[in-house]
Amino acid sequence: MELAPPELIAKYQPVIGLEVHVQLATRTKIFCSCEMAFGAPPNTNVCPVCLALPGALPVLSMDAVELAVKASLALHCRVNPVSRFARKNYFYPDSPKGYQISQYDEPLAEHGYVDITVDGVKKRIGVTRVHMEDDAGKSVHDGFRDSDRNTYVDLNRCGAPLIEIVSEPDMRSSDEAYAYLTELKQALQFVEVSTCDMEKGHLRCDANVSVMLKGAEKFGTRAEVKNLNSFRFLKLAIDYEIARQVALVESGGRMVQETRLFNADSGETVSMRSKEDAHDYRYFPEPDLVPLRVSDEWKARLAASMPELPADKRQRFVTEYGLREYDAQVLTLTRPMSEFYEEVASVSGDPKTAANWLMGDLAGLLKAAGKEIEESPVSAKHLGELVAMVSKGELTGKSAKDVLPKMFETGEAPGPIVDREGLKTMSDMGAVEKIIDDVIAANPKQVEQYKSGKTAVMGFLVGQVMKASRGQAAANVVNDMLKTKLG
Amino acid sequence: MTKHTISSVRAGLLSKEFSAVELTRQALSFAEAENPKTNAYLSFSPERALAAAERVDARIAAGEDPGALGGVPVAVKDVILTKGLKTTCASKLLENFIAPYDATAIERIEAAGGVIIGKTNCDEFAMGSSNENSAFGPVRNPVALDRVPGGSSGGSAAVVAQGTAVVSLGSDTGGSIRQPASFCGIVGVTPTYGRVSRYGLVAFASSLDHIGPFARNTRDAATLLEVMAGRDPKDATSAEAPVPSYAASMTGNVKGLKIGIPVEYMKHATGETADLVNASFRKLQAMGCELREISLPNTDYAIDTYYIICTAEASSNLARYDGVRYTTRSQNSGTLSDLYKNTRGEGFGAEVKRRIMLGTYVLSHGYYDAYYKKAQMVRNLITQDFNKAFTEVDAIVAPVSPFPAFKLGEKVNDPISMYLSDIYTITGSLAGIPCMSTPCGNTSEGLPVGLQILCKHFGEETMFRLADAFENS
Repeated sequence: MELAPPELIAKYQPVIGLEVHVQLATRTKIFCSCEMAFGAPPNTNVCPVCLALPGALPVLSMDAVELAVKASLALHCRVNPVSRFARKNYFYPDSPKGYQISQYDEPLAEHGYVDITVDGVKKRIGVTRVHMEDDAGKSVHDGFRDSDRNTYVDLNRCGAPLIEIVSEPDMRSSDEAYAYLTELKQALQFVEVSTCDMEKGHLRCDANVSVMLKGAEKFGTRAEVKNLNSFRFLKLAIDYEIARQVALVESGGRMVQETRLFNADSGETVSMRSKEDAHDYRYFPEPDLVPLRVSDEWKARLAASMPELPADKRQRFVTEYGLREYDAQVLTLTRPMSEFYEEVASVSGDPKTAANWLMGDLAGLLKAAGKEIEESPVSAKHLGELVAMVSKGELTGKSAKDVLPKMFETGEAPGPIVDREGLKTMSDMGAVEKIIDDVIAANPKQVEQYKSGKTAVMGFLVGQVMKASRGQAAANVVNDMLKTKLG
Repeated sequence: MTKHTISSVRAGLLSKEFSAVELTRQALSFAEAENPKTNAYLSFSPERALAAAERVDARIAAGEDPGALGGVPVAVKDVILTKGLKTTCASKLLENFIAPYDATAIERIEAAGGVIIGKTNCDEFAMGSSNENSAFGPVRNPVALDRVPGGSSGGSAAVVAQGTAVVSLGSDTGGSIRQPASFCGIVGVTPTYGRVSRYGLVAFASSLDHIGPFARNTRDAATLLEVMAGRDPKDATSAEAPVPSYAASMTGNVKGLKIGIPVEYMKHATGETADLVNASFRKLQAMGCELREISLPNTDYAIDTYYIICTAEASSNLARYDGVRYTTRSQNSGTLSDLYKNTRGEGFGAEVKRRIMLGTYVLSHGYYDAYYKKAQMVRNLITQDFNKAFTEVDAIVAPVSPFPAFKLGEKVNDPISMYLSDIYTITGSLAGIPCMSTPCGNTSEGLPVGLQILCKHFGEETMFRLADAFENS
């Protein structure tokens, strides 16, 4: 397939919308009480309901509804007081009922948004709807001796609780799509609706992509691109699709509405089926389930139980703690990170220094050890205590940098380590003054240089004092005292 | 065997006239001997039956109550799942399907001491009005063996009429309990939608399907219903409403009960059926009921509405019989598409295929609004007709069927005429109200005719009170 060069693409405006499927982190399936264990032997987490035996009936899990409502609230959606399930009819071996139970014209929630920032520009992406549905099983085409002739079906995943989140066609670049999916994932993880683990298929994404000439009002014909199971693939597939569509239109071709599959190996999208071949799903209201009612009281209770959303937290970190936007963003990437930070900030009483220590030294140690913040051997409280000692001048920054790795190794609080190793900042001014006098006496040349106006040499003298004090002299005290003595 | 009722079984057990095991053996051998005449049973379950009977005898020996259905031989329509027993739906596709679990109704019957002795024939997947759509041959009406027993629960009606079971379970979607009860001269009850759990009832049209009892008198039917009724967490559409004591409602006193006769129903009724139904009205009047004409103006749309909704739901409900898992699989299908087409093409009978095609059509893109959606609106209007009528009357009485049992083969090639035989029963099904058929006499040829009684949602007590009084007058 010929792709358009950048200068040609620049004439066009891409239009992108995403459909995201998220598996809810419930203990059981959505319509039966089978466990949602990952990695169980094939066809063991099944029962008459999810096997679609004759006579079996679905019963909606209220745990799944609770998580779906929380997700809707996290995406600023209006939760409908009454929503309805519908059957989406199609034949496939991993869909034992012969239909999916989904929501169609009366979804759980509508009219939400996700705010993104790309290259410093803020933008609001609309969320059209959030609806609930059950997952299908898995068709296994490879890995068996007779895989050339037979396909195997594993129904463990069949009936897993999903929400589908449909965006408005508000995105204009693959970067915006990437940012949207990042924000969405972060929000859902914060409210603990899903692990959003893409490798396990807990977060799946399809993209609707079209192009139109810049300045045009009418959207071009779109293609739906499936199988985007990583953030990188999402970006690659959208960029490929834009270039393909522009080349097609520029060469006088016409876009057809179709579903395309992204091939991660080739980095290309290939046609799967055209609109003419599309299924007629014959939707109709699911007669085995009653309408889903979400009362105002329930909704309010769930809203009250929600943690602060990452975007709000980020904003608060800037205004309340005086952090830079970038730092606030790093510290709110995950909920555990943000909670860790807030404790360090609170224990230390110095939020800015706390941020530096967390993002600098502790992050470095964690990275070297291959650990997540949740697994940190240094507790937030202990890091807070360390930062406080530095802020109060009880410990120099240099000493603290030696203490932290020891805390990381032993899990100890900083106090005992500092005491044991005698690292407390020198509070005896006489002793400091004595060291300064010694340094002045031992370095007459540098003292002369300073006095003749070469003030840069001050750094050297301070360094000598610090060295002589084994880093325990407070740098600001040393600075002041030196200046005074040198006139 | 022939004459037993639930209360006579109970009396016999408590007086040690016979044990539950003895009665079960006798019932099984009698039923097996009689079955060739009617083909009403598809299978018998001696092991399960005797095990249940032994439990009842043990209860009695321990001085405990044998249960509301203690030792009573019960036959079950073969669309209701019975663990360890074949549940075929009278279809080739499920010819070898052994149910791995029990329907809630079955669990409750056995908990109350009931003894499941066998599974009864019916129209395939409960689709039909004559029991001629069974993959395992038609059922003959025990009252007149050259005639149909009605459908789709023809086997369950026949075994009770024949006396090869004391009571039985049927399922009703558009009249499949009331019409065969009427044809066979027994009592058949379609309870309020949601009164009995559908868990384990093979779905035909989910929003219309009911499990209900057949019996030789109202009291037995009410007892069996009371055992099965009540909320089931496995069925989201089952009702929370408490289950009253139906026995207590049967006071024999119906004086002053206001009874409506829908003019729309009577204008078509002719011949001996109309005569017998009209005679029943006079009898009710003589019993002290106040009769008045009422109107159910949307009745004329009921058949069209019903056949859109039930076929639409059926087309989806029957998708699972695809040859991939438990369904009998067509051999020599090279592709997935062939597997589906051959399995379903070879496995389903003509009437089932007709309904799947109709249902697929009415749900198709561009037709949904014109058919299914409109039908749901009319269904609401029909329900409102009833709700309005029940502000004025306590019960409605009407014919069950325009004609008594017809001859085998008489209507087989005329599906429209067959569909019309449900004209009086499907309105109640669409509204989800309780309704029943109770015998009101025989034609000059000796063919039974049923009187239909309909009450408001959860109005079973009034319905049973009226039927019981009518039966004993």
